[in-house]
Amino acid sequence: MPLFLAHLMTTGLGPFYDGLAHLFVTPEDLLPLFALSLAAGLRGPSGGRAALFVLPPAWLAGVFLGRFFAPHWIWPVFSAALTVAFGSLAALDRKLPARIVAVLAATLGLWNGAWNGIELARSGAAVVGTGLGIATAVFVAVALVGALAAALRAPGARIAARVAGSWVGAAGLFMLGWSLR
Amino acid sequence: MTSRRTAATLLFWLLAPAAAFAHTRGGEAVGFVAGLSHPVSGLDHVLAMVAVGLWGAQLGPPAVWLLPVAFPMVMAFGGTLGLVGVHLPGVEIGIALSAIGLGAAVLFEAKPRLALAAALVGFFAIFHGHAHGTELPQGANGLLYSIGFVIATGLLHLLGIGIGTIHRWPAGRAVLRWAGAAVALAGLAFLWRALT
Repeated sequence: MPLFLAHLMTTGLGPFYDGLAHLFVTPEDLLPLFALSLAAGLRGPSGGRAALFVLPPAWLAGVFLGRFFAPHWIWPVFSAALTVAFGSLAALDRKLPARIVAVLAATLGLWNGAWNGIELARSGAAVVGTGLGIATAVFVAVALVGALAAALRAPGARIAARVAGSWVGAAGLFMLGWSLR
Repeated sequence: MTSRRTAATLLFWLLAPAAAFAHTRGGEAVGFVAGLSHPVSGLDHVLAMVAVGLWGAQLGPPAVWLLPVAFPMVMAFGGTLGLVGVHLPGVEIGIALSAIGLGAAVLFEAKPRLALAAALVGFFAIFHGHAHGTELPQGANGLLYSIGFVIATGLLHLLGIGIGTIHRWPAGRAVLRWAGAAVALAGLAFLWRALT
Protein backbone atom coordinates (compact mmCIF):
# COMPACT_ATOMS: atom_id res chain seq x y z
CA MET A 1 0.00 0.00 0.00
CA PRO A 2 1.83 3.14 -1.18
CA LEU A 3 0.19 5.31 1.49
CA PHE A 4 2.36 3.82 4.20
CA LEU A 5 5.56 4.37 2.26
CA ALA A 6 6.00 8.12 2.63
CA HIS A 7 9.38 7.90 0.88
CA LEU A 8 11.72 10.82 0.66
CA MET A 9 12.74 12.28 -2.64
CA THR A 10 16.29 11.96 -3.94
CA THR A 11 16.90 15.07 -6.01
CA GLY A 12 20.67 14.60 -6.26
CA LEU A 13 21.11 18.14 -4.98
CA GLY A 14 21.63 17.31 -1.31
CA PRO A 15 19.47 16.77 1.78
CA PHE A 16 18.06 20.31 1.94
CA TYR A 17 16.66 20.08 -1.58
CA ASP A 18 15.48 16.51 -0.95
CA GLY A 19 13.44 17.90 1.94
CA LEU A 20 12.26 20.87 -0.11
CA ALA A 21 11.00 18.59 -2.88
CA HIS A 22 9.49 16.06 -0.49
CA LEU A 23 6.48 18.15 0.49
CA PHE A 24 5.43 18.92 -3.06
CA VAL A 25 5.39 15.26 -4.13
CA THR A 26 3.75 13.90 -0.98
CA PRO A 27 -0.03 14.36 -1.02
CA GLU A 28 -0.27 12.84 2.47
CA ASP A 29 1.56 15.95 3.75
CA LEU A 30 0.40 18.47 1.19
CA LEU A 31 -3.34 17.90 1.56
CA PRO A 32 -3.69 18.60 5.30
CA LEU A 33 -1.26 21.52 5.00
CA PHE A 34 -3.28 23.01 2.13
CA ALA A 35 -6.54 22.59 4.05
CA LEU A 36 -5.18 24.14 7.24
CA SER A 37 -3.64 27.05 5.36
CA LEU A 38 -6.95 27.62 3.59
CA ALA A 39 -8.96 27.49 6.83
CA ALA A 40 -6.45 29.75 8.58
CA GLY A 41 -6.28 32.22 5.70
CA LEU A 42 -10.07 32.46 5.51
CA ARG A 43 -9.93 33.73 9.11
CA GLY A 44 -7.94 36.72 7.90
CA PRO A 45 -4.34 37.84 8.43
CA SER A 46 -4.27 36.90 12.15
CA GLY A 47 -5.25 33.29 11.39
CA GLY A 48 -2.82 33.12 8.48
CA ARG A 49 0.02 34.46 10.62
CA ALA A 50 -0.71 31.94 13.39
CA ALA A 51 -0.37 29.06 10.91
CA LEU A 52 2.64 30.60 9.17
CA PHE A 53 4.74 31.03 12.30
CA VAL A 54 3.69 27.89 14.19
CA LEU A 55 3.49 25.20 11.52
CA PRO A 56 7.08 25.22 10.12
CA PRO A 57 8.87 25.10 13.53
CA ALA A 58 6.40 22.49 14.78
CA TRP A 59 7.04 20.41 11.64
CA LEU A 60 10.80 20.70 12.15
CA ALA A 61 10.45 19.70 15.81
CA GLY A 62 8.34 16.74 14.69
CA VAL A 63 11.06 15.64 12.25
CA PHE A 64 13.61 15.62 15.09
CA LEU A 65 11.23 13.78 17.42
CA GLY A 66 10.34 11.21 14.75
CA ARG A 67 13.53 9.22 15.33
CA PHE A 68 12.16 8.15 18.72
CA PHE A 69 9.06 6.55 17.22
CA ALA A 70 8.41 3.45 15.17
CA PRO A 71 6.28 3.02 12.03
CA HIS A 72 2.70 2.22 12.93
CA TRP A 73 -0.67 2.25 11.16
CA ILE A 74 -1.81 5.12 13.39
CA TRP A 75 0.47 7.66 11.62
CA PRO A 76 -1.38 7.75 8.28
CA VAL A 77 -4.76 7.28 9.98
CA PHE A 78 -4.44 10.32 12.25
CA SER A 79 -2.93 12.37 9.45
CA ALA A 80 -5.95 11.50 7.29
CA ALA A 81 -8.26 12.44 10.17
CA LEU A 82 -6.53 15.82 10.40
CA THR A 83 -7.02 16.27 6.64
CA VAL A 84 -10.75 15.59 7.00
CA ALA A 85 -11.00 17.97 9.96
CA PHE A 86 -9.10 20.83 8.29
CA GLY A 87 -10.91 20.35 4.97
CA SER A 88 -14.23 20.48 6.82
CA LEU A 89 -13.16 23.62 8.71
CA ALA A 90 -12.34 25.32 5.41
CA ALA A 91 -15.61 24.12 3.84
CA LEU A 92 -17.67 25.34 6.80
CA ASP A 93 -15.72 28.63 7.00
CA ARG A 94 -16.16 28.62 10.78
CA LYS A 95 -14.77 31.48 12.83
CA LEU A 96 -11.65 30.26 14.62
CA PRO A 97 -9.59 32.33 17.07
CA ALA A 98 -5.92 32.64 16.10
CA ARG A 99 -4.81 30.63 19.15
CA ILE A 100 -6.97 27.67 18.05
CA VAL A 101 -5.40 27.91 14.58
CA ALA A 102 -1.99 27.85 16.28
CA VAL A 103 -2.91 24.71 18.28
CA LEU A 104 -4.16 22.98 15.12
CA ALA A 105 -1.00 24.00 13.25
CA ALA A 106 1.19 22.66 16.06
CA THR A 107 -0.72 19.36 16.04
CA LEU A 108 -0.35 18.92 12.28
CA GLY A 109 3.30 19.99 12.30
CA LEU A 110 4.32 17.71 15.13
CA TRP A 111 2.38 14.73 13.80
CA ASN A 112 3.28 14.80 10.13
CA GLY A 113 6.80 16.00 10.96
CA ALA A 114 7.29 13.00 13.22
CA TRP A 115 5.95 10.75 10.48
CA ASN A 116 8.56 12.25 8.13
CA GLY A 117 11.18 11.82 10.87
CA ILE A 118 10.42 8.11 11.13
CA GLU A 119 11.01 7.72 7.39
CA LEU A 120 14.21 9.77 7.63
CA ALA A 121 15.52 7.56 10.41
CA ARG A 122 14.63 4.43 8.46
CA SER A 123 16.30 5.61 5.28
CA GLY A 124 19.39 6.93 7.08
CA ALA A 125 19.01 10.38 5.50
CA ALA A 126 20.51 13.53 7.02
CA VAL A 127 17.90 14.67 9.53
CA VAL A 128 19.00 18.29 9.95
CA GLY A 129 19.37 19.16 6.26
CA THR A 130 16.28 17.31 5.11
CA GLY A 131 14.23 18.57 8.04
CA LEU A 132 15.20 22.17 7.28
CA GLY A 133 14.27 21.64 3.64
CA ILE A 134 10.86 20.26 4.60
CA ALA A 135 10.24 23.10 7.07
CA THR A 136 11.20 25.67 4.42
CA ALA A 137 8.81 24.10 1.93
CA VAL A 138 6.09 24.13 4.61
CA PHE A 139 6.72 27.84 5.24
CA VAL A 140 6.51 28.67 1.54
CA ALA A 141 3.35 26.61 1.00
CA VAL A 142 1.55 28.08 4.05
CA ALA A 143 2.60 31.60 3.07
CA LEU A 144 1.28 31.21 -0.48
CA VAL A 145 -2.00 29.46 0.30
CA GLY A 146 -2.70 31.38 3.51
CA ALA A 147 -2.03 34.76 1.90
CA LEU A 148 -4.20 33.88 -1.09
CA ALA A 149 -7.07 32.82 1.17
CA ALA A 150 -6.68 35.87 3.44
CA ALA A 151 -6.87 38.18 0.44
CA LEU A 152 -10.19 36.74 -0.74
CA ARG A 153 -12.95 39.30 -0.31
CA ALA A 154 -15.48 38.61 -3.06
CA PRO A 155 -18.20 36.20 -1.89
CA GLY A 156 -17.73 34.05 -5.00
CA ALA A 157 -13.99 33.67 -4.32
CA ARG A 158 -14.63 32.67 -0.71
CA ILE A 159 -17.16 30.09 -1.90
CA ALA A 160 -14.56 28.71 -4.33
CA ALA A 161 -12.15 28.36 -1.38
CA ARG A 162 -14.81 26.57 0.64
CA VAL A 163 -15.51 24.21 -2.27
CA ALA A 164 -11.75 23.50 -2.47
CA GLY A 165 -11.82 22.77 1.27
CA SER A 166 -14.64 20.28 0.80
CA TRP A 167 -12.69 18.56 -1.98
CA VAL A 168 -9.66 18.25 0.30
CA GLY A 169 -11.89 16.96 3.10
CA ALA A 170 -13.36 14.39 0.71
CA ALA A 171 -9.88 13.32 -0.41
CA GLY A 172 -8.97 13.06 3.28
CA LEU A 173 -11.89 10.73 3.88
CA PHE A 174 -10.68 8.52 1.04
CA MET A 175 -7.17 8.75 2.53
CA LEU A 176 -8.63 7.52 5.82
CA GLY A 177 -10.28 4.63 4.00
CA TRP A 178 -7.09 3.65 2.19
CA SER A 179 -5.05 3.78 5.40
CA LEU A 180 -7.57 1.67 7.29
CA ARG A 181 -7.86 -0.87 4.49
CA MET B 1 19.28 37.39 -25.16
CA THR B 2 16.26 35.10 -25.31
CA SER B 3 18.16 32.46 -27.30
CA ARG B 4 21.01 32.59 -24.75
CA ARG B 5 18.52 32.06 -21.96
CA THR B 6 16.95 29.15 -23.83
CA ALA B 7 20.36 27.62 -24.46
CA ALA B 8 21.29 28.01 -20.79
CA THR B 9 18.04 26.38 -19.70
CA LEU B 10 18.58 23.49 -22.13
CA LEU B 11 22.14 23.07 -20.91
CA PHE B 12 20.97 23.03 -17.30
CA TRP B 13 18.46 20.27 -17.98
CA LEU B 14 20.96 18.26 -20.03
CA LEU B 15 23.53 18.45 -17.26
CA ALA B 16 21.09 17.91 -14.41
CA PRO B 17 21.93 14.63 -12.67
CA ALA B 18 19.78 11.66 -13.51
CA ALA B 19 19.58 11.07 -9.78
CA ALA B 20 16.93 13.78 -9.76
CA PHE B 21 14.56 11.18 -11.07
CA ALA B 22 15.97 8.24 -9.16
CA HIS B 23 13.14 7.77 -6.77
CA THR B 24 9.67 7.16 -8.06
CA ARG B 25 6.98 5.81 -5.82
CA GLY B 26 5.10 4.15 -8.64
CA GLY B 27 1.54 4.50 -9.79
CA GLU B 28 1.23 8.26 -9.27
CA ALA B 29 0.35 9.22 -12.82
CA VAL B 30 -1.72 6.07 -13.31
CA GLY B 31 -3.59 6.70 -10.08
CA PHE B 32 -4.38 10.37 -10.61
CA VAL B 33 -5.34 10.08 -14.27
CA ALA B 34 -7.39 6.94 -13.61
CA GLY B 35 -9.23 8.74 -10.82
CA LEU B 36 -9.76 11.79 -12.99
CA SER B 37 -11.15 9.78 -15.88
CA HIS B 38 -13.16 7.27 -13.88
CA PRO B 39 -16.22 9.45 -13.14
CA VAL B 40 -16.60 10.41 -16.80
CA SER B 41 -16.34 6.80 -17.96
CA GLY B 42 -19.78 5.87 -16.64
CA LEU B 43 -22.91 7.62 -17.88
CA ASP B 44 -24.77 6.92 -14.62
CA HIS B 45 -22.25 8.90 -12.59
CA VAL B 46 -21.95 11.70 -15.16
CA LEU B 47 -25.70 12.28 -15.41
CA ALA B 48 -26.25 12.25 -11.66
CA MET B 49 -23.37 14.66 -11.02
CA VAL B 50 -24.46 17.08 -13.72
CA ALA B 51 -28.04 16.86 -12.39
CA VAL B 52 -26.78 17.91 -8.94
CA GLY B 53 -25.35 21.05 -10.53
CA LEU B 54 -28.50 21.68 -12.59
CA TRP B 55 -30.71 21.34 -9.52
CA GLY B 56 -28.41 23.59 -7.51
CA ALA B 57 -28.64 26.23 -10.25
CA GLN B 58 -32.43 26.01 -10.21
CA LEU B 59 -32.53 26.33 -6.41
CA GLY B 60 -30.17 29.31 -6.41
CA PRO B 61 -27.96 30.44 -3.52
CA PRO B 62 -27.03 29.00 -1.08
CA ALA B 63 -28.00 25.59 -2.51
CA VAL B 64 -26.06 26.24 -5.71
CA TRP B 65 -22.80 25.91 -3.81
CA LEU B 66 -23.95 23.99 -0.74
CA LEU B 67 -24.99 20.88 -2.69
CA PRO B 68 -21.62 20.59 -4.53
CA VAL B 69 -19.85 21.10 -1.17
CA ALA B 70 -21.91 18.42 0.57
CA PHE B 71 -21.80 15.85 -2.23
CA PRO B 72 -18.03 15.09 -2.36
CA MET B 73 -17.80 14.81 1.43
CA VAL B 74 -20.66 12.32 1.70
CA MET B 75 -19.51 10.53 -1.47
CA ALA B 76 -16.07 10.08 0.10
CA PHE B 77 -17.75 8.76 3.24
CA GLY B 78 -19.48 6.15 1.06
CA GLY B 79 -16.15 5.35 -0.59
CA THR B 80 -14.50 4.95 2.82
CA LEU B 81 -17.24 2.52 3.85
CA GLY B 82 -16.42 0.50 0.73
CA LEU B 83 -12.68 0.65 1.41
CA VAL B 84 -12.99 -0.66 4.96
CA GLY B 85 -15.24 -3.48 3.74
CA VAL B 86 -18.68 -2.29 4.87
CA HIS B 87 -21.20 -3.88 2.52
CA LEU B 88 -23.88 -1.62 1.11
CA PRO B 89 -26.84 -3.47 -0.42
CA GLY B 90 -28.30 -2.40 -3.76
CA VAL B 91 -25.53 -0.01 -4.78
CA GLU B 92 -26.39 -0.12 -8.50
CA ILE B 93 -30.07 0.36 -7.68
CA GLY B 94 -29.18 3.31 -5.49
CA ILE B 95 -27.19 4.91 -8.32
CA ALA B 96 -30.06 4.39 -10.76
CA LEU B 97 -32.49 5.89 -8.23
CA SER B 98 -30.17 8.89 -7.85
CA ALA B 99 -30.48 9.63 -11.57
CA ILE B 100 -34.26 9.21 -11.38
CA GLY B 101 -34.59 11.32 -8.23
CA LEU B 102 -32.27 14.12 -9.27
CA GLY B 103 -33.66 14.15 -12.82
CA ALA B 104 -37.20 14.39 -11.43
CA ALA B 105 -36.14 17.20 -9.09
CA VAL B 106 -34.82 19.16 -12.09
CA LEU B 107 -37.86 18.27 -14.21
CA PHE B 108 -40.36 19.52 -11.64
CA GLU B 109 -38.10 22.32 -10.37
CA ALA B 110 -38.58 20.89 -6.88
CA LYS B 111 -37.82 23.44 -4.16
CA PRO B 112 -37.63 21.56 -0.85
CA ARG B 113 -36.04 23.02 2.27
CA LEU B 114 -32.28 23.30 1.98
CA ALA B 115 -31.60 20.65 4.63
CA LEU B 116 -33.87 18.18 2.83
CA ALA B 117 -32.22 18.86 -0.54
CA ALA B 118 -28.76 18.39 1.00
CA ALA B 119 -29.87 15.19 2.76
CA LEU B 120 -31.30 13.79 -0.48
CA VAL B 121 -28.16 14.59 -2.45
CA GLY B 122 -26.02 13.22 0.39
CA PHE B 123 -28.02 9.99 0.50
CA PHE B 124 -27.42 9.38 -3.20
CA ALA B 125 -23.76 10.38 -2.87
CA ILE B 126 -23.09 7.42 -0.55
CA PHE B 127 -23.97 4.96 -3.33
CA HIS B 128 -21.80 6.75 -5.89
CA GLY B 129 -18.84 6.84 -3.52
CA HIS B 130 -19.22 3.21 -2.53
CA ALA B 131 -19.48 1.99 -6.11
CA HIS B 132 -16.91 4.12 -7.88
CA GLY B 133 -14.49 5.31 -5.24
CA THR B 134 -13.04 1.90 -4.56
CA GLU B 135 -12.44 0.77 -8.14
CA LEU B 136 -8.68 1.26 -8.04
CA PRO B 137 -6.82 0.00 -11.12
CA GLN B 138 -3.95 -2.44 -10.55
CA GLY B 139 -0.68 -0.73 -9.65
CA ALA B 140 -2.23 2.70 -9.10
CA ASN B 141 -1.74 4.95 -6.11
CA GLY B 142 -4.93 4.85 -4.06
CA LEU B 143 -4.76 8.34 -2.63
CA LEU B 144 -3.98 10.04 -5.94
CA TYR B 145 -6.74 8.00 -7.59
CA SER B 146 -9.15 9.33 -4.95
CA ILE B 147 -7.96 12.92 -5.41
CA GLY B 148 -8.51 12.64 -9.17
CA PHE B 149 -11.91 11.10 -8.56
CA VAL B 150 -13.01 13.92 -6.22
CA ILE B 151 -11.76 16.63 -8.59
CA ALA B 152 -13.52 15.10 -11.61
CA THR B 153 -16.75 14.77 -9.65
CA GLY B 154 -16.52 18.38 -8.53
CA LEU B 155 -15.87 19.51 -12.09
CA LEU B 156 -18.98 17.64 -13.26
CA HIS B 157 -20.97 19.57 -10.64
CA LEU B 158 -19.48 22.81 -11.94
CA LEU B 159 -20.44 21.78 -15.47
CA GLY B 160 -24.01 21.26 -14.28
CA ILE B 161 -24.04 24.64 -12.53
CA GLY B 162 -22.64 26.25 -15.69
CA ILE B 163 -25.33 24.73 -17.86
CA GLY B 164 -27.89 25.63 -15.19
CA THR B 165 -27.19 29.34 -15.61
CA ILE B 166 -29.59 29.27 -18.59
CA HIS B 167 -32.28 29.04 -15.90
CA ARG B 168 -32.55 32.85 -15.92
CA TRP B 169 -34.29 32.81 -19.31
CA PRO B 170 -37.78 31.30 -19.82
CA ALA B 171 -36.56 29.19 -22.76
CA GLY B 172 -33.56 28.05 -20.73
CA ARG B 173 -35.86 27.05 -17.90
CA ALA B 174 -37.80 24.80 -20.30
CA VAL B 175 -34.57 23.30 -21.66
CA LEU B 176 -33.43 22.49 -18.12
CA ARG B 177 -36.70 20.75 -17.37
CA TRP B 178 -36.31 18.65 -20.53
CA ALA B 179 -32.77 17.83 -19.47
CA GLY B 180 -34.12 16.72 -16.10
CA ALA B 181 -36.62 14.48 -17.88
CA ALA B 182 -33.81 12.96 -19.96
CA VAL B 183 -31.74 12.24 -16.83
CA ALA B 184 -34.74 10.64 -15.11
CA LEU B 185 -35.44 8.46 -18.18
CA ALA B 186 -31.80 7.38 -18.32
CA GLY B 187 -32.11 6.56 -14.62
CA LEU B 188 -35.06 4.29 -15.41
CA ALA B 189 -32.88 2.50 -17.97
CA PHE B 190 -30.11 2.12 -15.36
CA LEU B 191 -32.67 0.75 -12.91
CA TRP B 192 -33.91 -1.77 -15.49
CA ARG B 193 -30.31 -2.88 -16.10
CA ALA B 194 -29.65 -3.18 -12.36
CA LEU B 195 -32.75 -5.26 -11.76
CA THR B 196 -32.38 -7.65 -14.69
